[in-house]
Amino acid sequence: MTTPLLQVEDLRTWVASGDRIARAVDGVSFSIERGETFALLGESGCGKSLTALSIMRLLPDAGAIVSGRVRLDGTDLVALPERRMRDFRGRKIAMIFQEPGASLNPVMSVGDQVRETLARHLGLVGDAADRRVLELFDAVGIPDPERRLGEFPFQLSGGLKQRVMIAAALACEPQLLIADEPTTALDVTIQAQVLELLRDIQRRSGMSMLLITHDLGVVAETAHRVAVMYAGEIVETAPREIFFSRPAHPYTRKLFASVPGESARDAPLAVIRGAVPPLWQTFEGCRFADRCDRAGEVCVQVVPTFRPVAPGQSARCHLYNDDGPGVVTETAPAAVAPPRSVGSVAPDTLLEVEGLKIHFPIRKGLFKRVVGHVRAVDGISLTIPRGRTLALVGESGCGKTTAGKGIVRLLPATAGAIRFEGVDLLQLDQARLRRRRRDFQIIFQDPFASLNPRMRVLEIVGEGIAALGIATTAGEREARVDMLLAQVGLAYDMKYRYPHEFSGGQRQRIAIARALAVNPKLIVCDEPTSALDVSVQAQILNLLRELQERLGLSYLFITHNISVVEFLAHEVAVMYLGRIVEHGNVHDVLHSPAHPYTQALLSAVPRIDAADRRSVVRLQGDMPSPAAPPPGCHFEPRCPKAKVACAQAYPTEVTLSAGHRVRCILYPE
Amino acid sequence: MMAGFRPVILWTDALVLGLVASVFLFALYTSRHEHLRAPWRKVARSTSGMVAATVLLGFFVVGFLDSMHWQRALPGDNKAGTATRYAPEVLSVLDVVAEPLRTHPERTFSAPFAVHAHTRETVTLPDGGQVRDFPRLKFGGRHLADPERDRDADISLGVLQGIALAVVAWIAAGALVTGIAAARSRRRFGEVSGDLWHGRLDTPLRAVLITLGVLLCLMVPLALLSGRYHVFGTDKVGQDVFYLTLKSIRTGLVIGTVTTLVMLPFALVLGLMAGYFRGWVDDVIQYLYTTLSSIPGVLLIAASVLMMQVYMDTHADIFDSVTRRADFRLLFLCLILGVTSWTGLCRLLRGETLKLRELDFVHAAEAFGVGPWRIMLRHVLPNVIHIVIITTVLGFSGLVLAEAVLSYVGVGVDPAMNSFGTMINAARLEMAREPIVWWSLAAAFVFMFVLVLSANLFADAVRDALDPRIRAQFVRPGVWQHLAREANSRLRVGAR
Repeated sequence: MTTPLLQVEDLRTWVASGDRIARAVDGVSFSIERGETFALLGESGCGKSLTALSIMRLLPDAGAIVSGRVRLDGTDLVALPERRMRDFRGRKIAMIFQEPGASLNPVMSVGDQVRETLARHLGLVGDAADRRVLELFDAVGIPDPERRLGEFPFQLSGGLKQRVMIAAALACEPQLLIADEPTTALDVTIQAQVLELLRDIQRRSGMSMLLITHDLGVVAETAHRVAVMYAGEIVETAPREIFFSRPAHPYTRKLFASVPGESARDAPLAVIRGAVPPLWQTFEGCRFADRCDRAGEVCVQVVPTFRPVAPGQSARCHLYNDDGPGVVTETAPAAVAPPRSVGSVAPDTLLEVEGLKIHFPIRKGLFKRVVGHVRAVDGISLTIPRGRTLALVGESGCGKTTAGKGIVRLLPATAGAIRFEGVDLLQLDQARLRRRRRDFQIIFQDPFASLNPRMRVLEIVGEGIAALGIATTAGEREARVDMLLAQVGLAYDMKYRYPHEFSGGQRQRIAIARALAVNPKLIVCDEPTSALDVSVQAQILNLLRELQERLGLSYLFITHNISVVEFLAHEVAVMYLGRIVEHGNVHDVLHSPAHPYTQALLSAVPRIDAADRRSVVRLQGDMPSPAAPPPGCHFEPRCPKAKVACAQAYPTEVTLSAGHRVRCILYPE
Repeated sequence: MMAGFRPVILWTDALVLGLVASVFLFALYTSRHEHLRAPWRKVARSTSGMVAATVLLGFFVVGFLDSMHWQRALPGDNKAGTATRYAPEVLSVLDVVAEPLRTHPERTFSAPFAVHAHTRETVTLPDGGQVRDFPRLKFGGRHLADPERDRDADISLGVLQGIALAVVAWIAAGALVTGIAAARSRRRFGEVSGDLWHGRLDTPLRAVLITLGVLLCLMVPLALLSGRYHVFGTDKVGQDVFYLTLKSIRTGLVIGTVTTLVMLPFALVLGLMAGYFRGWVDDVIQYLYTTLSSIPGVLLIAASVLMMQVYMDTHADIFDSVTRRADFRLLFLCLILGVTSWTGLCRLLRGETLKLRELDFVHAAEAFGVGPWRIMLRHVLPNVIHIVIITTVLGFSGLVLAEAVLSYVGVGVDPAMNSFGTMINAARLEMAREPIVWWSLAAAFVFMFVLVLSANLFADAVRDALDPRIRAQFVRPGVWQHLAREANSRLRVGAR
């Protein structure tokens, strides 16, 4: 039996934060076989990225490896002097990072950035290096590699940049590739391309891969073996098949249960109560004990050991002790909510958007003459009934956020009508609009940018109440803030704190409370959960749904996450390059997608359940620029089913069944 | 004789008082808000920052004493019905404290601690004969019977007395500080003083006290001796250089602070407006500051100072004393410096506002229909305030230096007003004398250097504390080795 390529033994990496030392990686051991993809799965802050950086010895100044061994092919990397370590980086271990835009040097041509590695490790220069770069660009599927060689990162799209990063990483044929969230910043269709590329390269070259991710779907599609990290420790390792069919650790099981999706639609999502414990303490029991439904007395007193549970599967849990509390059967969910109706008769319309256009002028020259328009939103029409949720789905750059901001009139509309309870918002003057503003509010994506760091929660939530005159006296206002905080599940004494004292999920709750403060009828939710971990996302989604049921709110839910749509939406509109290509109720659109783009989008979503997996419709290239959209159907250049007629005119809308409409030439009227 | 007096509030005095009051109010406001207090606590923990602050405080005390002015009533005709007449001379507290320095002029140059003049003069002997010699000074070392024999002993004695006094004062100050610290932390005096001396307190009080000690040991003997000697020598017209240096401090401080006060409203209002409204407002404001900053500053200042000079000459009756006249010129200089120096901060604020106004919390406020001015005040301004503080504190030292340069060029403060610039300008010609007259320049240089250096060090500490991007943790070297040892020993225990 050959030795594994990489053996990590009892790695401890500690990080100074404030006055304290956080044990961010605390005794992690694993090994990676040759030719294997090993996934390290965990939520933010669990120490998975620091583990990777420790292997590369690229830790930030505030962090250091305090003990442990990292053996690559028999060499202990931790003991190597920095000079020798440089021979390993890029040559034997390569790394690709999450943000392709930030990991390429903006003032160097992409060809030079790959050549740099070749010259350093292999001594390849001149024509030989050029040939190798072309070969690599070809291998990672960069179209027209000769031309790309001299281009700079800003000329490439996100997907192409990540391909260049992969090419640079593969340049010296490393034995181990560390991929730290390689697709998190990319759209699903691009993510599918990149994951397929990684799988393909691995099959051809036989290198090993350490994949770091928080996405169960990515793990399911790529990994051979999986390790789950929680609070600086590995709590479970298993081969992929066993991991997805029989997860052992309670934390892993909870993670699976908190993934939204269609099957979860009829009941609230499972949530993990509490938060990850701070890592500067010495733990006396299991780190998950106070959040675990099945924790017994032994769990808080004795640190569990890592022990085998099944062939190939190990877990760090007392449930699998011989003398432990034993394997307890799953407790049934507390109460099953009545199934949510999907196709019931639509109640009266709250919002009606007709032909909304939002164009941004492109100015050039000395006198800033308008030379063109970016057609961010180019004539969309949609309706939202009272108490229902419409999901606006699309990839980044399709104009969905612009549309959301335009509808609440944070951006000026170029044309169209936004009728809210029959009143066209675009025709209102400033004073009338201001009075109307209490009826529609917005929740933003980034919970860190959406709260003013210099204001207390009381002022943040109270701002709208004061601005729109909901409560007149300070006492009334404060009472209302208390009530709102209770409504979103926060304690009333939190109102005296500043935003930086809260976690991402709590901040999003504050943002929801702020929106609710003025009794809105419609809330535009602009990707409110995409910056959150799965377990926190579950809490927020449950909260949003509960509020809808209790207060009769309507949501315009802007997202790129299909599983969230399955869980929350009544109706779906799919957007591509400023226009809605398909619109219908959630069941119709997700189960029988009509438009080729919808089909490709849905097929690209990584699925946890192997039975769910369908063949991926591969899309070529990237979305065109909204400043110069294709003359005919916008999707025609990338469409696998395109015909000659597609390039001539934008297709008209066709109604397939009640409420299911599509804009595609494949469906004759 | 107790002469009556009336307080005189010069323009710059009013501004200095206003500034002190607003700093006090700001401190009060900050101490009530935790998030505002936190960065200042960080400043209080920085050793170099606190040492610099101690030195700065010394300068500010001198400047403040020099900003309280009055006129003495003239003796005589105290008949009822006639208004009391006042002396034309305007004095400050500092003038009274340093009375002997002000009222003991020599005829011309004398070296520090000299008892004889710097140059030979024809002296008339008591027997009527005349001889070329270095004459005794009128005041410097006047009390000595035989200066050759007694001078060194007298100075040493004075230094020893001064140091003894300084040590007493320092012990009192140390006890006071320790007492306050003990009362605030509710611990025993002995405990706190032990912690203080071993540097175990949060705030570097030890460093502050050492600085205070060094300052006292330098300044108290100087002050003591300055009554008997000209400790820094005298200048061409016989004025005491130590006195001139002390008087220059106020001028430097006023230029540094009042100019900032003038410049801030321009920079804040225009910068925020340009960044928030964008469009044509931004175009106009950008045009304004680009134009203004492309005119050479010295040229603009020279032109306006000369124009003002002409105005003052034609309206001489407005100014009832030389001091008022000089003060008006100082104020005008501050104004013109302020008008030309807001562009840099304005540009920074515009950029930062452009960034901030795209953040979601500004959009959220807009979605509530909050007005633009209110958004700027509540959402944008608090988030750029660290830039404002950093720029103004850094700008302070630049302005003190600018005054020196402008006075040297001749468009600075009134020649009758003491300032580092006028001192350097006067000393320029004396450098060429043989033997060289070095003390004016040296005194101005040392004081200005210490003032600007401490202002810069303090500004550095403030910037580090207020800049939210500086969050890097500096871990003392050796800590990791210690941690690794600890971890290993823990592991061994676990393994056993």
